[in-house]
Amino acid sequence: MITTSHFLVLSAILFTTGVIGVLVKRNPIVIFMCVELMLNAANLSFIALGRHFGQVNGQMYVIFALAVAAAEVSVGLGIIVAIFRAKETINVDEVNLLKS
Amino acid sequence: MATVIAFWVLAIISIVASISMVVTKNPVRSALALVGTFICVAAFYILLSAQFIAAVQVIVYAGAIMVLFLFVIMLLNLGAPGTLRERGSLQPLVASGLGVCFFVALVLSGSLVSLPQAAAARPEVFEPLGTVRGVGINLFDPKQPWLFPFEATSILLLVAVVGAIIMAKRKV
Repeated sequence: MITTSHFLVLSAILFTTGVIGVLVKRNPIVIFMCVELMLNAANLSFIALGRHFGQVNGQMYVIFALAVAAAEVSVGLGIIVAIFRAKETINVDEVNLLKS
Repeated sequence: MATVIAFWVLAIISIVASISMVVTKNPVRSALALVGTFICVAAFYILLSAQFIAAVQVIVYAGAIMVLFLFVIMLLNLGAPGTLRERGSLQPLVASGLGVCFFVALVLSGSLVSLPQAAAARPEVFEPLGTVRGVGINLFDPKQPWLFPFEATSILLLVAVVGAIIMAKRKV
């Protein structure tokens, strides 16, 4: 018997993996992938809770989160390409322009 | 019973794929592991009777977004392992410890709240909840609050298109 709690714990595991990836990795593209994983974990818990209450409204949130994720990835990868063009590296330890 | 087996198999595959995404040093392998995770999540959506979202997940995430990632990886020539040296320090250990603490806090805070039992709290029963028809009727229902966010999303996508072009184009 699979309950809603199973899905919520699985979503927490995936979210934590994404958090650890964001903290550990130095490659901004992989950091973006970890952010996508965190968004997916949140979407999974939305749908599991919507299924728990028998409503479609959880899936509505997922549709909008998906659109926001697509927009975020396109702009973020554009920023990465621009940084690479300007500095010839995208290591997040060397790209600290905002640190005085 | 089939639902239980499918859940556990997919759960193990998705967790292993996500962890291997974080562990591996090669960005292309990370991207492929992430595709595996996305497909497992799409299968979970089908288990949760969200068929339309599952199809959109495969098309948008595993299709479009991952192609964009792989394209940028190859454009910047980051595919070879060791292109970006990971700093040899205590940071991975500290981050993993903090992540485990975060997970424990998340699960504990979730276990404090008991989910109220709804009428349709039977995840193993398939019902026409997330079909294209169900989602569409709910999304475009004037009595539901989703019409304005839907229109705002189109503006958001337009802004993202303009922003991506401006960020990535050469200086003229």
